[in-house]
Amino acid sequence: MPRWVRVALTAVPVAFLVVFFVYPVVAIVGRGLAPDWALDLDPVGRVFTDASLRHIVWFTVWQATLSTVLTLAIGLPGAYVLSRYEFRGRKLVRALVTVPFVLPTVVVGSAFVAVLGDGGPLAGLGLDQTLGAILIAHMFFNYAVVVRTVGGLWSHLDPRAEEAARMLGASKARAFREVTLPALRPAIATAAAVVFLFTFTSFGVILVLGGPRISTLETEIYRQTAQLLNLPLAAALTMVQLVAIVVLLWFTGWIEGRQRVALSLRAATETARRPRTYGARLLLTANLGAMALLIGVPIAVLIERSFDTPSGYGLDFYRALGEIHAGSTLFVEPVDAVANSLRFAAAATVIAVVVGGCAAVALASSRRRGLDAVIALPLGVSAVTVGFGFLISLDHPPVDLRSSWWLVPIAQALVAIPFVVRLMTPVLRAIDPRLREAAATLGASPLRVWREVDLPIVARAVLVAAGFAFAISLGEFGATVFLVRPDTPTLPVLVFRLLGQPGPLNFGAAMAASVILMALTALAMLGIERFRAGTMGTF
Amino acid sequence: MRRLVVALSVALLVAMTAFVAGPASAAPSTTITLVTHDSFAVSKPVLAAFTKQTGIKVKILQSGDAGAALNQVILTKSNPIGDVFFGVDNTFLSRAVDAGVFEKYKPTALDQVPDEYRLDSTHQLTPVDHGDVCINYDKKWFAKEGIAVPKTLDDLTKPPYKGLLVVENPATSSPGLAFQLATIARFGENGWRDYWSKLRGNDVKVDDGWESAYDGDFSQGANQGNYPLVVSYASSPPAAVYYSKPQPKTSPIGTMLDSCFRQVEFAGVLKGTEHQAAARKFVDFMLSEQFQADVPLQMFVFPVRDGTPLPAVFSKFAEVAKSPLSLPPADIDAHRDAWIEQWTDTVLR
Amino acid sequence: MLELAGVSVAYDGFTAVDAVDLQVADGEIVCILGPSGSGKSSLLRAIAGLEADTAGTVSWDGDDLTRTPAHQRGFGLMFQDHALFPHRDVQGNVAFGLRMQRLGKDEIAKRTRDALTLVGLDGFEHRRIRELSGGEQQRVALARALAATPRLLMLDEPLGALDRALRERLVTELRSLFVRLGLTTLFVTHDHDEAFALADQLVVMHAGRVEQSGPPTEVWRRPANPFVARFLGWNVTRAFSGTVAAVRPESIRVVDTSSIVGEVTARIFRRDHFRLDVRVDALAAPEDALQVEVPLDAPRLPDLGDRIGLAVDRAALVTFD
Repeated sequence: MPRWVRVALTAVPVAFLVVFFVYPVVAIVGRGLAPDWALDLDPVGRVFTDASLRHIVWFTVWQATLSTVLTLAIGLPGAYVLSRYEFRGRKLVRALVTVPFVLPTVVVGSAFVAVLGDGGPLAGLGLDQTLGAILIAHMFFNYAVVVRTVGGLWSHLDPRAEEAARMLGASKARAFREVTLPALRPAIATAAAVVFLFTFTSFGVILVLGGPRISTLETEIYRQTAQLLNLPLAAALTMVQLVAIVVLLWFTGWIEGRQRVALSLRAATETARRPRTYGARLLLTANLGAMALLIGVPIAVLIERSFDTPSGYGLDFYRALGEIHAGSTLFVEPVDAVANSLRFAAAATVIAVVVGGCAAVALASSRRRGLDAVIALPLGVSAVTVGFGFLISLDHPPVDLRSSWWLVPIAQALVAIPFVVRLMTPVLRAIDPRLREAAATLGASPLRVWREVDLPIVARAVLVAAGFAFAISLGEFGATVFLVRPDTPTLPVLVFRLLGQPGPLNFGAAMAASVILMALTALAMLGIERFRAGTMGTF
Repeated sequence: MRRLVVALSVALLVAMTAFVAGPASAAPSTTITLVTHDSFAVSKPVLAAFTKQTGIKVKILQSGDAGAALNQVILTKSNPIGDVFFGVDNTFLSRAVDAGVFEKYKPTALDQVPDEYRLDSTHQLTPVDHGDVCINYDKKWFAKEGIAVPKTLDDLTKPPYKGLLVVENPATSSPGLAFQLATIARFGENGWRDYWSKLRGNDVKVDDGWESAYDGDFSQGANQGNYPLVVSYASSPPAAVYYSKPQPKTSPIGTMLDSCFRQVEFAGVLKGTEHQAAARKFVDFMLSEQFQADVPLQMFVFPVRDGTPLPAVFSKFAEVAKSPLSLPPADIDAHRDAWIEQWTDTVLR
Repeated sequence: MLELAGVSVAYDGFTAVDAVDLQVADGEIVCILGPSGSGKSSLLRAIAGLEADTAGTVSWDGDDLTRTPAHQRGFGLMFQDHALFPHRDVQGNVAFGLRMQRLGKDEIAKRTRDALTLVGLDGFEHRRIRELSGGEQQRVALARALAATPRLLMLDEPLGALDRALRERLVTELRSLFVRLGLTTLFVTHDHDEAFALADQLVVMHAGRVEQSGPPTEVWRRPANPFVARFLGWNVTRAFSGTVAAVRPESIRVVDTSSIVGEVTARIFRRDHFRLDVRVDALAAPEDALQVEVPLDAPRLPDLGDRIGLAVDRAALVTFD
């Protein structure tokens, strides 16, 4: 493509990022290091000297580490079972396992509150508002990351390498350790890094499940902003978190880029076998059971409790969403939140697809990795940072969006764009130039070639990316909770507020709203799956 | 291929509705928004009377507990979410005034308010009601369990009362902060943290707001929770009587007079509002005889306007401390944020 | 000595190996020859202990190994595509089996060196796998299997991935190596040249069953049934009398006069001879074309469409009931 086109296409995402990401982050750093225009390193210093703040930093790392280890522990056997065993319903199970990952964090939080909190089936475990609840919720969320990242590679590994080791005298376990594990190492490392990143920046889950006693960097930033109005300290905390995440992202990139051993890969269908030994069948059953428990139970309980009204099973809670009842602290009819969510998400999707699409096209036609990493940065940086940054930077010139409805969709788009790029770029890259050549030799003009070859492929990729962006924006909580105004709440914010109010009616309404949000997200994802061919690939 | 085209068109249509529908439509010009906390209440006839008198409609936006609502207002200063704010009390007063979110306005009816309630000399905030924040106890529960009712703040740290008290987080809750200030007033700068350590050791529960604490956890609250001791108001006993049918001779709730802290609540016109005149009229209305007489049975606090008649239930059942705890406003101004941080350290972390 | 009795392997209702009996004497080189899908690889894997559902018995020197796990059988297996460990270098691969045997470091180093010398890869210890050519990878895989001194060496299509010239050379080398070592060898292939050149004993398999076994010369001279004959490239036709007969293409001559007459339908140049497809008039199924070889220096070279006479060497004819 002509050079000026490529430059223009690169300029769009770069400009967007500079204005809506770099500028707010700089504002945060400024607020943290120099509030009132005077350099004051005190807030930053406090983060390291104050015992309770240090504890928060340590706790954030600790819970992320625990979450990663636990998720790997149950995810690896699951990855094995789902990638190497052939059994009835395998495709369905693989699809279901991915559902938790795309659920809005608030929904996950409320599902676990439904299970572990007052009145839930596992309330007796006393896990409500403890680290345990958070760890389980994180496992629920990130199981799919391990299964698909590690499982994706595993299903392509040649089983013969392990068999060769066995023929040379290695027991099955030894063969696994000596041959398969080294081959899987890059995938495991990537999965671990991704899970760590997501749990490090986990916000909705911890806010809902943690209660007042549990605090991580994210929730503390929120607390300092929304409750204590201590913006310099919030900014200082954000900077600490930014540094930690940049280091982590660099590390992840380093792992992925490391010279991979050229493995002899086979098609996935060849390596999957029916479980034939008793041990294999037991392993399969155990893992399916674990999946059903970990993933199925919270969702099932969430749905059940949304219908479980004091006067028997019914739609009362759903009906309550359609009206403001006396004594309610909600300004708008909750059903307006649905409309708001859809509007914001639609706008965010358009922005994300346009900006992300430009980036994807630019990336697909060049080989440079720099832009790719830069675009991924907002994803890692955490929605809270984005929301907070917008809050303190975009309400005065040079960029004054304070009275704009677009603040929320832009923030949501920022979170969605990295996904859009990662989904579209490989597809665009993979368009075989020989297809175009073949079309040309058959008499098609360049425009016709584009229409007949590129467009169908691109259109498909755009739809998939749009669906993903829509689902993400619908469920976005971390940035939205900072920016949304009380008179235009979104569904996740609504759920959060309802959960904070006492009384079974509010709780039931929160469950109902969560179920609606989950249904909308699932619809978007189902739409994607119909148009998507092959495996999901990496995130 | 056709399916793709259809799907794309649908997606485009959905996207377009975002542009067409855009932001939710703006409110008509004769409506003002009152931003307040979750405990605000006013009877419908009284509010309707205001609309009838002035032609102005009032929309009520309840935004969490007093501290959270105020923070929202401060964070959205450059683009206010409402026209009038009600719910700043003497403990948050300095934060509100310093943030510069309110406009100066002195209603004429201010002359009817005694000096002890006129704490804002800059006239950005107008006093509307007052009340004491005290610890309430469930008489029935204690009688049933055969435990003596606690009399002093110190009692609350003792074994018989382990796990019985629920308080509110001073960072977000106005009564919560008032209670913390009461303990600072009682035990002094050097002693109050110890006190709270003991309370923590005695399994005190912390809720985010008064609603959750009273209605959610208090045994005499709407959901009949598990805690017979709660930080609430001196006016909770008459409220309990008022809402019981038939009305009992004595209130099921008692007040621990040793724990009371005086609170005054203010309202103000938000800076930058488009409806300044209408907002001012509403502030005037809040000091009117009609509104002030309505206040006791709606919010269970006392009116500030001299000569406002009190309902019978109040005169009979309200126990008012003769000398409630208090702290000089200057002290509160200077130390509040640090005190809240220290409280969080001691109790939550 | 390896003994198989009634060995069967089935997956999901499909029988890959059907009650096979087999014996491999010490030092013998046995080849299992068959088309794809004949079950030969499954049989090999069953002997190795890599197939879970194996019926029948596999025994070595009288010991029943059917329940013994693969890594304890002491059998070596060289895979079709080498299955070398990509994350280890040549030495790491070859030494693997020795490490499992817990030998000392010096012993391992010595045996590794010997194995590499044996396959002609002296000094290759520290090369990385991806730097090697196909032939070199082959040898590393062989060295790896040999280094562990298995009592039975099995090879799955050992020369399949190599080009023709390399294959010719390696066949000779392999046979002399195995004979020299006195190694009991069992290998599997679909390639006739490989099978006939390497084996002491041939076992022809088809659809999970053994069709014929015996020395290569015997199998070649007298195929036991129409399948084996066809597989070996013989012409198999239903003769005039209704009996099925087979004859090799090189046993049919083109003559001037004959009672068997046919039309040439195809002619292919095969370097040292021409191969003709001849549609014979009087055959029971006239569409069946006989394949006939005509040497380069033949007096007459038939063209497409020519009608020619054929004479069959009666001694080379095999009939089946």
